[in-house]
Amino acid sequence: MEENHIIEVENLYMYFPVTAGVMQKKVADVKAVDGVSFYIKKGETLGLVGESGCGKTTTGRCILQLYEGTKGKVSFEGVDLTKLKKEQMRKMRRNMQLIFQDPFASLDPRMTAGEIIGEPLKVHNLAKGKEYKEQVEELFRMVELEPYMANRYPHEFSGGQRQRIGIARALAVRPKFVVCDEPVSALDVSIQAQIILLLEKLREEMGLTYLFIAHDLSVVRNISDRVAVMYLGKIVEITHSDELYANPLHPYTIALLSAVPIPDPKIDRTRQRIILKGDVPSPINPPAGCRFNPRCQMAIDICREKEPELKLVGEEHLVSCHLVKSSAGIGNPPANQ
Amino acid sequence: MATVVQDEKILEIKNLKTYFYTQEGELKAVDGLSYYVRKGESVGLVGESACGKSVGALSILRLIPYPPGIIVGGEIIFQGKDLLKATEEEMRNIRGNSIAMVFQEPTTSLNPVLTVRRQISETLELHRGMNKNESLQETIRLLKLVGIPDPEKRANDYPFQFSGGMQQRIMIAMGLSCNPALLICDEPTTALDVTVQAQLLEIIDDLRAKFGTAVIIITHNLGIVARYVDRVNVMYAGRLVETAPTEELYANPVHPYTIGLLSSVPRLDISKKKSLRIIRGLPPNLTRLPPGCAFAPRCDYAMPICKKEYPPLEKVGEEHYRACFAEISKFQKQEK
Repeated sequence: MEENHIIEVENLYMYFPVTAGVMQKKVADVKAVDGVSFYIKKGETLGLVGESGCGKTTTGRCILQLYEGTKGKVSFEGVDLTKLKKEQMRKMRRNMQLIFQDPFASLDPRMTAGEIIGEPLKVHNLAKGKEYKEQVEELFRMVELEPYMANRYPHEFSGGQRQRIGIARALAVRPKFVVCDEPVSALDVSIQAQIILLLEKLREEMGLTYLFIAHDLSVVRNISDRVAVMYLGKIVEITHSDELYANPLHPYTIALLSAVPIPDPKIDRTRQRIILKGDVPSPINPPAGCRFNPRCQMAIDICREKEPELKLVGEEHLVSCHLVKSSAGIGNPPANQ
Repeated sequence: MATVVQDEKILEIKNLKTYFYTQEGELKAVDGLSYYVRKGESVGLVGESACGKSVGALSILRLIPYPPGIIVGGEIIFQGKDLLKATEEEMRNIRGNSIAMVFQEPTTSLNPVLTVRRQISETLELHRGMNKNESLQETIRLLKLVGIPDPEKRANDYPFQFSGGMQQRIMIAMGLSCNPALLICDEPTTALDVTVQAQLLEIIDDLRAKFGTAVIIITHNLGIVARYVDRVNVMYAGRLVETAPTEELYANPVHPYTIGLLSSVPRLDISKKKSLRIIRGLPPNLTRLPPGCAFAPRCDYAMPICKKEYPPLEKVGEEHYRACFAEISKFQKQEK
């Protein structure tokens, strides 16, 4: 484990069984995460992008050991989390927290905002009495809410304010690492920017490390230092944020970027558009060879037979494609940035 | 893109007011909205949740549930006729026929217990008087048009047997079944992944070019607007705050809300180093709208008059209007 890596994931697998019949016999597996390896450096934000069902949320939850049956190694500051006992893991969770997507479903409607934010302090025995009260007030101010709102219930807050409560709850235990699972996708445009800036400010102030999961590539570019692109349970490309958007190499990344319109008609109307055919195949029975081959315009024979490995093609730039040999790419013009 | 646009206005909405009467009081969802759509033109309605963009569109087809909602005033002139004065019988002839609508969530807008074929052929038989066999052939042709593979077989499937993207294609096929003069798309791709979103918007745009159908796209996504729309109407709290041809609006926005919205969107082509600007505060509660301009409490340029009077739409350029009292030169200084 390299010193500056806070998280290291090696060959992570997570299969969910598909059952059928009265006996609930297992008939297949949903291969949600199918051999994923990456690391996150201390203090950085790693963006994890992909379309629905690509396994990005599952990956985040596996890192936090929220599923049983995860295979592979997940290290946090050099400690292999998969080997920890339940009680040890419970204590470890103080260091790693989760911010959820849906601010309407992730807060208990029968608890007040103050109780929600203070609960982690009680669970981990971090503060009592006067100190507890002060810390909760401090957390309210930290996420730019007023402490007098502590007695209100979740339904009295707007979506953006609820997301602030969710953030305060996650940060109450002073974690080192936070998984942000689509934290802004349920919010309005003007509120999204507020939350993104808040997360960025908190990261700087508290020295946090983020795994930022999102499907919106523009949001991810804005907040991440490095970005990993997932497709059907695998990472297809991972590199620095600016490099990914300037020089995407995997055909899927190129198509994904070209599908996102830029809110400026002068720039957008000159971009090359690649329209992918069909839908993402089922993760129960992914295609043989490269998983992207049925939708890939460049696919050749080897792509249908052999699964490509994630290989280094530039400075911290890894791509899993048979056709990409170097950072020059496949040789067709890459999509404009 | 612009080749199919003609000068003739196919739809003109004048001072539309749609209110809802709720327990909390009168909710002015749409409060004096005016805009128009030309033949073959693609017009965007943008704004955040609850700005009245969907209610404005549902009002065109008179699909506002009553109670609690009611259209209290205005005119909706479609092909020279005021739809608000039309009888229910006349409206039934227009819905799905000359004006069609594609709703946001295909999963909830398709009928789960009817096959796709039944749902599409219903419109064909009702509005175009086709018999069973003709409507089947037409259904298959439409499904092919929107890119459903193997349409002969798939026509007999039920909605749940299709993915979200495929369901939305079916909605579009249904919308196009009677060659409408106007297609209203209410957040057509919000529930879908980006690659599927691109597929569908290309289909809609191709069909517009082919058949000259006018399109209204309702969305909160400023990227989609930039790519697919000829003219944009920006809404806030039930009113139009700015309207302009797309390129003009993005190059030269002159309402503080539009300016704020454009600079608060993360962009694919701008890296982390350039930070976002935010619009402070929250969107207003529509049952307790402040007097004067609804945006004034969040506006950096608000003056005393903004809190008293509502600014009228003023012309600032070719087809470019805005509702704001502040001088334009103020924003431009700030930008530089």
